Amino acid sequence: MAKSNKPIVWGLFAAGGTITAFLLPVVVLLTLFAALGMTPDLFTYEYLHAFAANWLGKLVIFGVIFLSLWHAAHRLRITMHDFGLRQDLWIATTVYVLAALGTIMTFFYLLRI
Amino acid sequence: MSERQIQLEVLRYNPETDSEPRLQTYSVPCLNEWVVLDALNYVKDNLDTTLSYRWSCHMAVCGSCGMMINGEPKLACKAFIREYADQIRVEPLANFPIERDLVTAVEDFIAKLASVKPYLIPKEDKPIEAGEFKQTPTELKKYKQYTLCINCMLCYAACPQYGLVPEFLGPAAIALAHRYNQDSRDGGRDQRQEVIASHEGVWECSFVGACSEVCPKHVDPAGALQQVKIASTIDWYKEHLMPWVKK
Amino acid sequence: MGEEMSSKPYIREISKTNWFYGQPRYMRYMAREVTCIFIFAYTFLLIWALRALANGPEAYQAFLAALNSPLGILFNLAVLVGVVYHSISWFSLTPQAMPLQRGEEFVPGNLIIGAHYGGWAVVSLIVLFLGV
Repeated sequence: MAKSNKPIVWGLFAAGGTITAFLLPVVVLLTLFAALGMTPDLFTYEYLHAFAANWLGKLVIFGVIFLSLWHAAHRLRITMHDFGLRQDLWIATTVYVLAALGTIMTFFYLLRI
Repeated sequence: MSERQIQLEVLRYNPETDSEPRLQTYSVPCLNEWVVLDALNYVKDNLDTTLSYRWSCHMAVCGSCGMMINGEPKLACKAFIREYADQIRVEPLANFPIERDLVTAVEDFIAKLASVKPYLIPKEDKPIEAGEFKQTPTELKKYKQYTLCINCMLCYAACPQYGLVPEFLGPAAIALAHRYNQDSRDGGRDQRQEVIASHEGVWECSFVGACSEVCPKHVDPAGALQQVKIASTIDWYKEHLMPWVKK
Repeated sequence: MGEEMSSKPYIREISKTNWFYGQPRYMRYMAREVTCIFIFAYTFLLIWALRALANGPEAYQAFLAALNSPLGILFNLAVLVGVVYHSISWFSLTPQAMPLQRGEEFVPGNLIIGAHYGGWAVVSLIVLFLGV
């Protein structure tokens, strides 16, 4: 029996699960306000742009999106298995490629701000 | 003494004559303080001598009488009749092949348990004259709850992952490996990691948590498995990203 | 006789697709697991916002206008329910995954969960204070 390489993704899953648990509810609440037409300061163009223009802001945004993506991707892989979809190689490839694409997009959009 | 007539629905399976299991109902006059095991013993003694089931201590120590009672993994000696309605269904432990009636085939669990080396592997050999391996109360407390495991396999019957992926090492075996890994006198973690940090080891666990909910001895195997995942993840990052850090 | 005993063990098949159905314990687990779908979808909303932000004020206004719709409201409401359930279920498991031994005794689980809830409240208040 060889040791598994699952820790790579599980580490991201666990870190992402923690950061999303602390942070996402309030962020979603703010975007819900924006969806209701009462855009909070954070989601106005000026404020968000100023935040993302700063390297520390960039790092925070990248960290949050990166970890959320990999948390959700890994849990989705397990959930598919729970629902009886046993093509794990394909499912794993799909969810991790999506997460990697999201990561790359986040990286480049942030660079352009 | 109050007595209540219970309809005991028992799964029956005879490998020599049956192609599949069936349910047989026995009407059992149960005393208020009886447990399901007493009702089964009544059936065996008075109604049907052909009924097969395992039991020994009748006091939640030996771990032999695990079975599904109304669909829930329970020790029959700890399941009080007074907590159930007038009809009780008794089936063999889920996720294990049925050998006969309520008796399951447990070789898979026994092999998995042995594979994790659930015994002390001292860091260094010490002659007997050098005395015992000492431990503080704090060091003992660190793993004490896991020593209460009686290998009753209720956690395996509760674990959907074990049912769906039979190769999975499962809750009790990994929790017991963790018990020895946490022991200050032990030096066998590297050997056990080869087994429990594999795919079929801790990584098949998705933390449903059912194992800990059904444990009759209040052990928390689910917690142990998450701690093993965290430790194995730290190991992995150390081995691959910081290979210069030698153990 | 020995070989006859274990001649034909009976194996009960488990449904691979609906093993959890109707079992409260497993249903709660599945509810916890599907929160990832909401989180996954929501991160892509955030990435969409970043893209609009990078493309300038007009693009960002267009993003906000698209968000300000029944679908946008419904999506955010659904995600909010999902992420709150994720937070609660995640924190409730922390004492098992990260037990704390102080001296001889372990810190009671509720204290560890409570500390996480406290941290959750502080983080939320900071974001609200800075962001509204």
